[in-house]
Amino acid sequence: MRMGDRNQVRLLWGAAALVAVVVVFTLIYKGSTGLQWILSGLTVGSIYALVAMGFSVIYSSTRVINFAQGEFTMLGGMMMFTLCTRGGLPLWLGFLLTVGIVTLLGAGFERAAIHPLKDQSVITVIIVTIGLAIFIRALAKWIWGTDPVKVASFTGDKPLRFFGASIVPQSLWVFGLTLIAVVLVFAFFNRTLLGKGMRAAADNPDAASLVGVSASTSSLVAWSIAAAVGAAAGAVIAPINFAAYDAGAMLGLKGFSAAVLGGLGSAPGAVVGGLMLGVLEMITAGFAPSGYKDAVAFLILILVLLIRPQGLLGKPADVKV
Amino acid sequence: MLRVEKLSTFYGNIQALRDITIRARRGSITTIIGANGAGKSTLLRTIAGLNKARHGLVIYDDHDITNLKPNKIVRDGISLVPQGRQVFSDMTVMENLQLGAYVRRFSDRGDNAQELEMVYEMFPVLSERKKQTAGTLSGGEQQMLAVGRALMSRPRLLLLDEPSMGLAPKVIQSIFKTLNALHEQGLTILLVEQDAKIALETADYGYVMKTGKVALEGQAGELLENDEVKRIYLG
Ligand SMILES: Nc1ncnc2c1ncn2[C@@H]1O[C@H](COP(=O)(O)OP(=O)(O)OP(=O)(O)O)[C@@H](O)[C@H]1O
Ligand SMILES: [Mg+2]
Repeated sequence: MRMGDRNQVRLLWGAAALVAVVVVFTLIYKGSTGLQWILSGLTVGSIYALVAMGFSVIYSSTRVINFAQGEFTMLGGMMMFTLCTRGGLPLWLGFLLTVGIVTLLGAGFERAAIHPLKDQSVITVIIVTIGLAIFIRALAKWIWGTDPVKVASFTGDKPLRFFGASIVPQSLWVFGLTLIAVVLVFAFFNRTLLGKGMRAAADNPDAASLVGVSASTSSLVAWSIAAAVGAAAGAVIAPINFAAYDAGAMLGLKGFSAAVLGGLGSAPGAVVGGLMLGVLEMITAGFAPSGYKDAVAFLILILVLLIRPQGLLGKPADVKV
Repeated sequence: MLRVEKLSTFYGNIQALRDITIRARRGSITTIIGANGAGKSTLLRTIAGLNKARHGLVIYDDHDITNLKPNKIVRDGISLVPQGRQVFSDMTVMENLQLGAYVRRFSDRGDNAQELEMVYEMFPVLSERKKQTAGTLSGGEQQMLAVGRALMSRPRLLLLDEPSMGLAPKVIQSIFKTLNALHEQGLTILLVEQDAKIALETADYGYVMKTGKVALEGQAGELLENDEVKRIYLG
């Protein structure tokens, strides 16, 4: 949960400068329409940021890329549908239950599928997360079917005006929740002994285990946090984007791109990466046919690979197996 | 207090320890000396649970602790100060010390003020730099921090891996003075050193390791007088 190595920080600053130029250009050229795109970009970007944070938390604690991360977000949306739209629970209660249930699921997956592999290579575990993603998606399809589902907005749908652009109240919930999640995760890793122990283990696994930090506990806690953050993202975005059983793969890919852009393992980087990806996507969708927007995430992955030939996983010394 | 019986540890197919048998008596300072690559670190790491033993036993207070996880072993009261200090370089001195008390987070409601005070008294420089990140400390200060961190778990057996490495003679003297003080307070110490002179002068009993085996053992005073030890290790 640090800012990553110096090259990574430089890359992130470079990307931020580029995005800033694009944003200014869009605002000048398109005015309030451009502002509209950027606001939508920040909304969806917040969700990418939360998904990216899930990737980062698990990666920095266990060196595992969890390809089931997007599924937690999908489950968040679907649970909201079951509990609130179908079950008639108040939205706040449905939200808390959703996050609680998906967190338990995340912890359960870790114990059932990841923990037994503790002596296997990281690559093996990563492949298992892909299997896990396919399993969760199949299960969701069986439970909820293939039709996208609708969840009511938390506080109505009356758009607010903002410098000639409009913003739905749910977007403000998305921003607020992202902020809260980032602060909570940050506080956990910087203020609690358990969190500091996990940071220590990411920095120096041997020394951390010598003071008593258990790799097994770290992994369980990391998966729980990643599931909680992912579910919260899915629950809060569901009223804006329809939730569907197969949304996890795309969300996962975009969250992963955002995490890589921000330097895998860095929570602040994940947030910045997510917001930038969201904004770039929406600006792309504005200028080009909307199908192109999904290519932005792929483009970022390819560019990062080109600029950082040592690969996505940071400096080789970082990848301890 | 600690008995190691016929311990063998491998790195893949390479055998680093060959049937090592040693003892550390309660309240004593025992030292292990030997050249580079003799297997000294591997021995301490195997006792602490970082490396797995293929054969043999580690018995601590009549309990078999062979191949337990490091976090279990530190809870049992064995603390290792690893070779090359291994402080958490991005964290402050204070955070490093608090992490040293990680295993005690549920006892005394996680209150470690007493231990902190003890460490700061022992190493006043750490108190002056408690807000500084550990990576910015000098080598000697980092070694003090590594020892302090290990003491925060209130160990009964302290394992030290080359605490003198890369330090100026004056700093080495002060660290060994601290070890003597800890010994007087009743702590049992197992000390790995390349600096055979200071190690044997400090210890009660010593072992000489050579290519994964114990080549020689005896009272520290006798080893200091031993011709082979004099020739090879005291130069
Ligand atoms: N991670 C490892 N993988 C493979 N071989 C290793 C590893 N660590 C140590 N070895 C080998 O095991 C043997 C013992 O190494 P060890 O580090 O225990 O020696 P040492 O006595 O502590 O040496 P030094 O005084 O240099 O610290 C050496 O031959 C070394 O090359
Ligand atoms: Mg060594």
